[in-house]
Amino acid sequence: MAIDKNQIAQRIARELKDGYYVNLGIGIPTLVANYIPAGINVVLQSENGLLGMGPFPEAGKEDPDLINAGKQTITTIPGSSFFDSAMSFGMIRAGKVDLTVLGAMEVSDTGDIANWKIPGKMVKGMGGAMDLVASAKNIIVAMMHTNPKGESKLLPACSLPLTGVRCVKKVLTDLALMDITDEGFLLLERAPGVSVDEIQAKTAGRLVVRGEIPEMVFG
Amino acid sequence: MNKICTGAEEAIRDIPDGAVLMLGGFGLCGIPENCISALVKKRVTGLTCISNNAGVDDFGIGLMLMQQQVKKMISSYVGENAEFERQLLSGELEVELIPQGTLATRCMAAGYGMPAIFTPAGVGTEVATGKETRRFNGKDYLLEYAFEADFAIVKAWKGDTMGNLIYKDTARNFNPLMAMAGKITIAEVEELVPAGELDPNMIHTPGIYVHRIFQGKDYEKRIEQRTVLSKK
Repeated sequence: MAIDKNQIAQRIARELKDGYYVNLGIGIPTLVANYIPAGINVVLQSENGLLGMGPFPEAGKEDPDLINAGKQTITTIPGSSFFDSAMSFGMIRAGKVDLTVLGAMEVSDTGDIANWKIPGKMVKGMGGAMDLVASAKNIIVAMMHTNPKGESKLLPACSLPLTGVRCVKKVLTDLALMDITDEGFLLLERAPGVSVDEIQAKTAGRLVVRGEIPEMVFG
Repeated sequence: MNKICTGAEEAIRDIPDGAVLMLGGFGLCGIPENCISALVKKRVTGLTCISNNAGVDDFGIGLMLMQQQVKKMISSYVGENAEFERQLLSGELEVELIPQGTLATRCMAAGYGMPAIFTPAGVGTEVATGKETRRFNGKDYLLEYAFEADFAIVKAWKGDTMGNLIYKDTARNFNPLMAMAGKITIAEVEELVPAGELDPNMIHTPGIYVHRIFQGKDYEKRIEQRTVLSKK
């Protein structure tokens, strides 16, 4: 069985370490905040200018001056701080943010990522994605293994316009967890009940399979 | 020294057709609502607007787009409005999309008197086309130039008669950067106080950068994505 988006978020949350500063992109990555393991403190960065993002406010307590990068109303946690947009990307560029989780339309087996533009469709812009992928020291991509047409999103080379080159370190899909290495996608874990053959068949880029591949475990 | 204006109409009085403007804000958060209304009323046209976003159909810069006052948008993320898309597809509107951090840093460079910056954002992508690249410590960087803007229009929470500004929460975003970058900077504030009432330790934008200031009124502060905790 492929895992759902909440399980993807749950599995990524296990990559968090105590004291991490983390930037979560829009979509599935945002859900990671719901699964931060007990006993681990992480500080969420929102690139519009906040460290220490908290949950959504209670109804009636929304503040239009307090939003996240997805323009959603949010709250702050004790010890949070605000800053301008240059400092926000400055701390990303300088490698202070430990982990960035974002979605993608395509990822190549060399770590290139495409997630901002589809030729022929209305282009809305890259927002902060190009800055994040060019600078973050550890990038995990969370996405579906195939597109709605059933075509692999894990490719030898991206076909869509790139957001960044050789930057993705890890990919988690609804089928598999993989590291990106010099040899390609190194298979680390399978979704429960998903075979290596199925992952192989749905991965267009180079897939490296070494030994027994364990299944992901969900509590 | 008198920086104080009676309101937005006076503050934007000499913005001509074809001017290059910076407008603060992220989405609809921290946008200079009063000055945008005044620009809409004044009907200046042919504007180039440097702003992270382009508003929505009936609010923010979207109001200026509705009247076709904007010739060119320089933004990182746009298209939350139908009229924007129509003008873009028909060729009436020119759009330059640049990475958000690059946008912020090009404003910052202008305010710091630096002609250009190097950033890794966009290396190896179409953003790098035609740009000078340089390698530092084994990594490639793009040369990006400081912006030049005739007017920077920002929104702050509190300001004083010397032009010192304090922003609130994430409504800060691009505002302090743009405030530093305009040849003429106009600040609208929710609360304008006499010099001496703001703690100098708490100032985000020193008054030297601000040429005109006024107390805004009737702030709508529209929320783009209202999200709340679901009741358990």
